[in-house]
Amino acid sequence: MAATTRTVTDLTSTTKDGVGASPRRPDGTLKVTGEFAYSSDMWMEDMLWGATLRSPHPHAEILGIDITEALKVPGVHAVLTHEDVPGAKRYGLEHQDQPVLAIDKVRYKGEAVAVVAADHPETARRAMERIRVDYRVLEPVSDSRRAALDPDCPLVHEPGVLEEHPEYNQRGNRLRYQPVRTGAFSGVAGSAEREREVLERLRAEADVVVASEYEVGMQDQAFLGPESGMAVPAGDGGVDLYVATQWLHVDQRQIAPALGLPQEKVRLTLAGVGGAFGAREDLSMQIHACLLALRTGKPVKFVYNREESFYGHVHRHPAKMRYEHGARSDGTLLYATAEIIVDGGAYASATPAVVGVASSLGIGPYEVPNVLVDAYGVYTNNPPCGAMRGFGAVQACFAYESQMDRLAEELGMHPVDLRIRNAMSQGSRIITGQEIDMPLPMAEMLRRCRDLPMPPAREELADPADPRTLPGGVAGTTHGEGVVRGVGYGLGLKNLCFSEGFDDYSTARVRLEVVGGEPVVLVHTAAAEVGQGLVTVKGQIARTELGVEKVVIAPSDTQVGSAGSSSASRQSYMTGGAVRTACASVRAEVFALARERGVVPEGLDDTDLSLVGGKLVSATAGALVSLADLLGDSARGGTVVEHTREYHHRPTEMLDPKLGQGSSHTQFGMCVHRAVVDVDVELGLVKVVALDAVQDVGKVMHPQQLEGQIQGGSTQGLGLALMEEVQVRDGEIRNPSFTDYLIPTILDTPPMRIEVLEHPDPHSPYGLRGAGEPPTLSSTPAIVAAVRAATGRPLTHAPVRPEDIVGIEL
Amino acid sequence: MRVSFNVNGEDVTADDVWPGESLLYVLRERLGLPGSKNACEQGECGSCTVYFDGVTACSCMIAAGQAQGRTVRTVEGLAEGSGKGTERELGTVQEAFVEAGAVQCGFCTPGLLVQTDDLLERTVGAGGPVPDDAEIREALAGNLCRCTGYEKILDAVRLAAERRAGSSA
Repeated sequence: MAATTRTVTDLTSTTKDGVGASPRRPDGTLKVTGEFAYSSDMWMEDMLWGATLRSPHPHAEILGIDITEALKVPGVHAVLTHEDVPGAKRYGLEHQDQPVLAIDKVRYKGEAVAVVAADHPETARRAMERIRVDYRVLEPVSDSRRAALDPDCPLVHEPGVLEEHPEYNQRGNRLRYQPVRTGAFSGVAGSAEREREVLERLRAEADVVVASEYEVGMQDQAFLGPESGMAVPAGDGGVDLYVATQWLHVDQRQIAPALGLPQEKVRLTLAGVGGAFGAREDLSMQIHACLLALRTGKPVKFVYNREESFYGHVHRHPAKMRYEHGARSDGTLLYATAEIIVDGGAYASATPAVVGVASSLGIGPYEVPNVLVDAYGVYTNNPPCGAMRGFGAVQACFAYESQMDRLAEELGMHPVDLRIRNAMSQGSRIITGQEIDMPLPMAEMLRRCRDLPMPPAREELADPADPRTLPGGVAGTTHGEGVVRGVGYGLGLKNLCFSEGFDDYSTARVRLEVVGGEPVVLVHTAAAEVGQGLVTVKGQIARTELGVEKVVIAPSDTQVGSAGSSSASRQSYMTGGAVRTACASVRAEVFALARERGVVPEGLDDTDLSLVGGKLVSATAGALVSLADLLGDSARGGTVVEHTREYHHRPTEMLDPKLGQGSSHTQFGMCVHRAVVDVDVELGLVKVVALDAVQDVGKVMHPQQLEGQIQGGSTQGLGLALMEEVQVRDGEIRNPSFTDYLIPTILDTPPMRIEVLEHPDPHSPYGLRGAGEPPTLSSTPAIVAAVRAATGRPLTHAPVRPEDIVGIEL
Repeated sequence: MRVSFNVNGEDVTADDVWPGESLLYVLRERLGLPGSKNACEQGECGSCTVYFDGVTACSCMIAAGQAQGRTVRTVEGLAEGSGKGTERELGTVQEAFVEAGAVQCGFCTPGLLVQTDDLLERTVGAGGPVPDDAEIREALAGNLCRCTGYEKILDAVRLAAERRAGSSA
């Protein structure tokens, strides 16, 4: 073993690109050369193309399916219906209520009825045209409020639809009903009459009462990489699936039973993911591709086109909400009531969990002594809805922030002052009784946001009539006449990580070895990199924990334990936590090895030791040995140190079904936005001039990627505020394309100044807080508030439509 | 049918092309060039942007037959120097996108790179000034990105423009 040297250089050496730095994405080079293999790029010489025949009706009985003519099309290798599903006929994230292929009924327009494998996508399309399906069309259930509250509403799912759960859906179309009652309402819960009496008394006590109905439209995640992947039949009777998803193991858990295979014969590898935002939590083509691959003995590739993608994944739940707030004349909140109805569409997906979030966070981060919330998630024959960034908190946030602005207006208070007056902080309890036992510097964030520099006024611009600075842009629809400026604020509280008793763990395998004289760390997890940059953060953690600069990130697959979902802003926390824990085990073994080999002087304990710059270093005795010398080259019999560890966050509880009480959440995050808009009130056009944010993230892991998350999330909120809505009429999507469903372009998106605070959460790795979702909550109400300020219109529907803001007398 | 054209400096031929196929499909599925992306396939998102006889266009909107005898340059042809893929030196625009954090999921990136390359060719590349933000936004208005909110993309384009201006000065 080489002698160890202890120099000043050794002592001050650090490990580059660790936690807190902004190293490049390890997949960045492949992504800019066009070589990164996305799920739609999979290709094999003898592959077939899969295609899906979908229901043209939102609600119909299937009387018969005839595939004879389709099978005769030259180049067609297989046509499958529900009869060809060898195992479980239904699947689902929470309830297994969605047929792999429709059985006796279709419940939404676009539901999969049959699948085809053929030698060319056009051959598959022609074969689908020759499949004859006889339908008896039924009246669709399309009104979510009626589905929630009218006992005479027809049922979307008959009781007993699930063989294993005969009691399933005994509650009409209600998938979940979650009440929350606090203060004076908690003693009278369950009695509608007494609740009304309490409400009347509180109304009488309040100096000001504001009540309104709000709606949030159905938003599409609009990831750019369409649903796609390839299933390859394997020699052992199993199948290998390369797919873009958010959670490999939950896919595996749903696919294997449908195929009638044990889980180990269904192996998944993450293909390149072109964005997710919740839309890949549910299965799309996974089971279909595997069924066709196993039937034909050939690789089968699916790629949805954009129209099919609108039918092929769940959307953000549209919500109908009724809110009432009462306050004293100084702005102190006295009570709040909310009825929140989210439309789950035809199948359950994540609706029960979305209701759990919408109810528990339904009033937001405000101290309110008396609260009554009724949250419903319902079945209808509309397109299924499930996870999207913000997950139930987005809808409620639009309503409660709109209410706060109305209250401020009634009271003649600045909207920021009203919010500070009622702001929660560390130690506060949200309406479920759960204590916020981590920093929540809400008042500070509001003040900082209000104090951010304002963009220049229109008349201060070099050319105030430059159309590029005006609503309508280069279309030149105005030179500034009819244009009014408005400023608005919004904030939102979001739960981070999974809630309500879910054991939300992640697994990491970390290996340290010396290759060619250089220490190298391999990090292997099943976590889905969907663009968020987890792949970078995993490497940073390994560098910081093991003091090794060279880190290799193994492809994500099911050969290692579950990492949980790339959802709920949880991966830096959970998979980051798993990588850190596995690194700690590796490090402990390295320390033990060093002691065994006599490198560590007597009397030094482990707290004195660290791994930095490829060396074992003592805080008191200096550099002790290089890892290269300690471990030796692995190719020549050197030591390989490897550990696999699971990381679990602290347990959470279900909300109780009567009062909605319980510590259901793991962590809370918050973002505050200030929006500045110019509105052309003659044409109903809005230009967002600035969209600035203050967010507390506990600990910045990667400054550049963090800004990208906040700016990207803010922009999705901008889309919901001003343009994005899946238009559904009688169960039919009217705008399933990027021609008709608009997402923000670079012209729609303003400069976004970001101020980041770091108040560490004592419970999380590095004190970090999930960062992806909070900005998506608060940007929508901030922008709508700014448009209200400019127009004086109440604007209770997100997105704001042009017809909502025209015809205003200036 | 058979379609022959030049892509990234190389003469190529695709056989058995169904006349309904797009140039994008031929590039991705028949020529092993999947870099151009298939996000909307109706000319709205710009992910499939290529140079077509030197002019940027959505390759999903070009019928395969229209490419006969033409010259196409894709994201795979943007890297400088010879060699394959990552062995080549990244082009100025590619380098700037990675450095500035303009790449998240990366699905919009190939189209944005081609469109940005074109903007810089027309401005600093032609001896003009570095484009201002309004010009950059206008040039990239046909390229949708769902991840970034475009701020890091603007950073990347400014960086690339300054570097290209510096190198040609």
